[in-house]
Amino acid sequence: MIAYIMCFILFLVGLYGVITRRNLIKIAVSLSIMEISTFLFFTLIGYIDGGVAPIVDPTDPVKVYVDPLPQALVLTAIVIGLATTAMLMAVIIRLYRKYGTFDIREIKNLRG
Amino acid sequence: MDLTISIIVGFMIFGALYAIHARDLLSSVIACGLVGYSLVICFLLLKAPDLAIVQIVVDTITLIIMVAVVLDSSREESYLKLDTQGYISAVTAIFLGLLLLYFYTVSIQSLDVLGKSSLRMAKHYIEGAAQKTGSANLVTGVVFDFRGYDTMGEAVVLVTAVLGVLTILRLRGKK
Amino acid sequence: MKGMTLIVKKTTQLIAGMIFMYGIYVIVHGHLTPGGGFAGGVVIAGSLILITLSNGGDFMKLIKEESGTTIIESLATILVILVAVSGFIFGTKIFFNNFLPKGIVGHLVSAGVLPLYNIFVGTEVAASIFIIFLSLIIFKEESKE
Repeated sequence: MIAYIMCFILFLVGLYGVITRRNLIKIAVSLSIMEISTFLFFTLIGYIDGGVAPIVDPTDPVKVYVDPLPQALVLTAIVIGLATTAMLMAVIIRLYRKYGTFDIREIKNLRG
Repeated sequence: MDLTISIIVGFMIFGALYAIHARDLLSSVIACGLVGYSLVICFLLLKAPDLAIVQIVVDTITLIIMVAVVLDSSREESYLKLDTQGYISAVTAIFLGLLLLYFYTVSIQSLDVLGKSSLRMAKHYIEGAAQKTGSANLVTGVVFDFRGYDTMGEAVVLVTAVLGVLTILRLRGKK
Repeated sequence: MKGMTLIVKKTTQLIAGMIFMYGIYVIVHGHLTPGGGFAGGVVIAGSLILITLSNGGDFMKLIKEESGTTIIESLATILVILVAVSGFIFGTKIFFNNFLPKGIVGHLVSAGVLPLYNIFVGTEVAASIFIIFLSLIIFKEESKE
């Protein structure tokens, strides 16, 4: 059970970063940390002691396999995470070119 | 296995804390990459080689994109001292975290112990899946056959994200 | 964006082809070994990004002809959409109907339509990730003027 709680503490660290930081890059980094902890939690649920990776060997039918369903869900989520992070970075670089800073409070003040 | 995973996640927590508190933005981004690479080791220990292959390449590309953005800027976080609003948000974050941790520890009691998983659907997915789909790799069978609509939605989301990036980054419109 | 030195360029030319071939291997054997469309697509995009980074942005003639750049961009995006849709036309009357013969488990030609799905999704992932990277480079080149 310790692994589940450590995994959630990693999520909380990301949440702390999102709430307290004012730098846009730091916020993006915190979001990706929260994403990573979610992937880890899904994979932890499907693990079985003594299981092997879910690749069927037709010559040896009696084997314990790890649950393939959470792995399939995480597989698509990782690629989507890359695309959304890239989109966040595109927004950030446009904001930096316009205002010349990463600080969200200064951006708010500059808008007037 | 429980203890091993916990130690690796402990290192990941240190990396995440450094990534949040570093002054130089470049070192912050690289510490985020450290967290991602540790996740690869966890995936290998948890018997998920498909995820390990995807994650190690995706993390590298994410690092490249983030570094490309950071290198253009001044790289310094303008480190302001904590004012009133900073204190309020920090206290709010810690309070919210403790509250969420409490509810998590209560709700986690209904889960199985790590390594003794007994999900109801897993039996149906594993038994006879190789005969039903004809694929030796069960993850591919689940992704493209049993859960095909998930994959379709994923493809649409990916195309939408690419269109969004192209729209945001276009400087000159078509004449 | 300028390229790197001659040593880096030459080494990249030797290595990138092998990485590309490895990506194709991971895609084609996706239903037998670890990997599949997502993993192989990301590996192929990685090899293309490696070539672009070492040879510089002007290697691909991105800034020379303005109209050509936009045409290639639009074509690539349409290609991504077409590939994303064409993976689902292959089902007959039901979506995701595995209508081809299954074959023997463990052989290269088996599992019906799953290898086709793998190839289509691999192409789509590789194209979209490379487009994201290229659009970042084009943005940097254009904003420098």
